[in-house]
Amino acid sequence: MPDLGLDVLLKGKNFARLLGGLGIALRISVISILISVVLGTVLGVLRQRENLILKAFMRLYLEVIRIMPQLVLLFLVYFGTTRSFGWDLSGETASVIVFSLWGTAEMSDLVRGALSSIPGHQYESAEALGLRKTQVYLYVVLPQAVRRLIPLSINLITRMIKTTSLVLMIGVVEILKVAQQIIEANRMNSPNAAFGVYLTVFVLYFLVCWPISVLAGKLEKRWG
Amino acid sequence: MDWEFISTNIPLYREAAVLTVKIGFAGILVAILLGLLCEVIVYCRIPVLRRVVAVYIELSRNTPLLIQLFFIYYGLPKIGIRTDAQACGVAGLAFLGGSYMAEAFRSGVEAVGAAQEESAYSLGLSRMQTVRYVILPQAFAISAPAFVANEIFLLKETSVFSAISLMDLMFTAKDLIGLYYNTTESLALLVVFYLLILLPVSLLGSVLERRLRYAGFGT
Repeated sequence: MPDLGLDVLLKGKNFARLLGGLGIALRISVISILISVVLGTVLGVLRQRENLILKAFMRLYLEVIRIMPQLVLLFLVYFGTTRSFGWDLSGETASVIVFSLWGTAEMSDLVRGALSSIPGHQYESAEALGLRKTQVYLYVVLPQAVRRLIPLSINLITRMIKTTSLVLMIGVVEILKVAQQIIEANRMNSPNAAFGVYLTVFVLYFLVCWPISVLAGKLEKRWG
Repeated sequence: MDWEFISTNIPLYREAAVLTVKIGFAGILVAILLGLLCEVIVYCRIPVLRRVVAVYIELSRNTPLLIQLFFIYYGLPKIGIRTDAQACGVAGLAFLGGSYMAEAFRSGVEAVGAAQEESAYSLGLSRMQTVRYVILPQAFAISAPAFVANEIFLLKETSVFSAISLMDLMFTAKDLIGLYYNTTESLALLVVFYLLILLPVSLLGSVLERRLRYAGFGT
């Protein structure tokens, strides 16, 4: 049995440090997800309005955000805006800004899709039954739209958590950076640490994302 | 804007873009083959391998490419599996993309429906013929938009290759920012070059989607 370098994790506080790094990555994800869900829902509902300027603006926003790799967006905000506008951004703030911009764009598209997937006769039947506008939305449209929306937005959440791993590239000390530090520090006494430690990081990410994906799949099957 | 800086560094970016495209397309090609293989295994209900595919798909979809690359590039050599950075890039992209491609194939095949399959059998077509002439053409038409979306997704994912010291576009941009401090110009070039790679694929995707919708396969 070759040395897999897993023993490093049992030394001192190494495993706890790794989990702490995961915590930082997750904190960035959770803040961005909360902002994205709220703003994305508002923008998604607004996109239902027949306002050409608003529609064109939203379209542009969505396309611009979607075509660029998230890492490029991170670079633009972290290196670009700080240089151009002369402000000071921590890597973590820059990440939250970028992931919120991106998440909001994706979420608004999901909300728009869910709302427009409700066929017109649902609105008409509800009105024919004498429901008021707010009642139509509250009792007829929303319950159906939310069922379509929730599995998709849970998928978006796992995508956002996975994307958070990129913050390493703009110098945020998260799980992967901690892993590098641990491997560097034990280079002499545990030369194979890279295998065990990166494998552990891989498994930890999987353990975070997998249950969420399973939940999304279950909900999709039940409500789909 | 320092135009001289931009014009002197265009060749660097061009080289980096070629590398990105090269690894991107190689990775996507392997991903498509891997996805097809997975779907064949699932479709034909091959025992044992089916379970392996299911585990692979979950692992690949629930972990970030950056972590997969770190494990392949820095972790695997420790147990004797050593490859160069480019091969790692292709392998990582294929590992990530394979599951997405498999899902695209699967949704296409499922959308064709059992009625088509049964009708084909009742017309006297063999299993191979059914797959070849009835299921695959329709499944491909249905899942084509998903394929293009996956390709764009994977091309965008190539941006993390700089982490395993491949001199791609991100690497070049970061290098130039560090060397000359011409942040605005370096980032502008980065955006332009990514647009040059991604816009054509994205446009091709929307054209393809419109055409296939006219063709009205399946539905």
